[in-house]
Amino acid sequence: MFSGYDFDVIQRSLPYLFRDGMTFTVTLTLIAMSGGIVFGTLLAMMRLSRFVPLSVLAGGYVNLMRSVPLLLVIFWFFFLVPYIGAWVIGAKEPIRVGAFWSAAITFTMFEAAYYCEIMRAGIQSISRGQVWSGYALGLNYWQTMGHIVLPQAFRNMVPVLLTQTIILFQDTSLVYVISATDFLGAASKIANRDYRLVEMYTFVAVVYFIISYTLSQLVRRLQDRIAVVR
Amino acid sequence: MISISNVSKWYGSFQVLADCSTEVAKGEVVVVCGPSGSGKSTLIKCVNALEPFQKGEITVDGISVGDPKTNLPKLRSRVGMVFQHFELFPHMSVMQNLTLGQVKVLGRSQDEAVQKGLKLLERVDLTAHKDKFPAQLSGGQQQRVAIARALSMDPIAMLFDEPTSALDPEMINEVLDVMVELAREGMTMMVVTHEMGFARKVARRVIFMDSGRIVEDALKDDFFGTPRSERAQLFLSKILHH
Repeated sequence: MFSGYDFDVIQRSLPYLFRDGMTFTVTLTLIAMSGGIVFGTLLAMMRLSRFVPLSVLAGGYVNLMRSVPLLLVIFWFFFLVPYIGAWVIGAKEPIRVGAFWSAAITFTMFEAAYYCEIMRAGIQSISRGQVWSGYALGLNYWQTMGHIVLPQAFRNMVPVLLTQTIILFQDTSLVYVISATDFLGAASKIANRDYRLVEMYTFVAVVYFIISYTLSQLVRRLQDRIAVVR
Repeated sequence: MISISNVSKWYGSFQVLADCSTEVAKGEVVVVCGPSGSGKSTLIKCVNALEPFQKGEITVDGISVGDPKTNLPKLRSRVGMVFQHFELFPHMSVMQNLTLGQVKVLGRSQDEAVQKGLKLLERVDLTAHKDKFPAQLSGGQQQRVAIARALSMDPIAMLFDEPTSALDPEMINEVLDVMVELAREGMTMMVVTHEMGFARKVARRVIFMDSGRIVEDALKDDFFGTPRSERAQLFLSKILHH
């Protein structure tokens, strides 16, 4: 049945696929996750702020990002970021950002909107009394957030944040549209060069499945363990 | 020490506090009681600005609480507060609960804060539990930690918002004992509670509130002897019945 296929191509290209491709994918995922969580948490705090302009601004941003297809945002940023960068530093020529950093910025900004909604739910899950008791001790807003509300919100939300990160890990494959060499991009290049499309794409699917499924099982186990003691 | 004059507060169009005025002198213990929804918890939360109010003035040690220029964190750090539901930080050990404010707000060193914390834990008889987390303690123990936490800031006055109403009956006394001791040492205290035994033992004055108003503000003996208002009489007859 598999007589027409050459699965050796996978073995031959393993170093390239993992050393170049998977490294790109994992680095991008980690950067977008950490950047997205930090930025998303700030957005969540803005959204919950009693200062209306702040919450409107953050709300508008989140709704915009969540209403636009990711693929479009990737393209849009890829072509726009060089000009924005040039405008910011005052250069005449559009600056060269490169596919990796363009993607890193895009995913951070895009994922922040989703992490924001998760952190918002997390912050709202902490009772008013906790905030009061922080204030009553004399802590200011940032101290109360940093020492009391966010650590608890974060702990409550870890499983959801990780689940979102697994989705992010899969979504990073979209960067192949800007010719970045992520895991899928690397496989795609080999597939086209050697005309081994079925073999390579099947292999890629299996790898994505194994990684994502394993991670989601880990998240599930974690969820049972950290069910917050109250 | 604490002076409340003509304070009114609204939630939208609903008035929760109406023209409340009273005072708590240095070293005085004042008990605030009244039916639920009468505004007593709201009033006590206005004292350290956890709840904003729209009219009137509250001063603590001469500093106006409602003034936007007031450094609220600093003011609050000098007023201890104990809540109905303890509100210990569940992600921190008992000792961390006791040292957080001392280190972050008062700028004490970690060692100093721990020493102070140990002293206070000894006082509320919980030294053995210093490394436990709040969820591992009983309600009564948690509330005693909460009192110790408030005392760790060396407050000039203490506010208690129904400190025993979330406790199982057999744990109420261990908390009240700590409070009685505090009162006898001369701590300035404003206590929202239904524990009339406590009021009888240590309060100097009792304030009775109903529908956002201070209906009765009398010396303890006058209040328990002959409350002037019918509403207070009815309230007392109901809760002292059993």
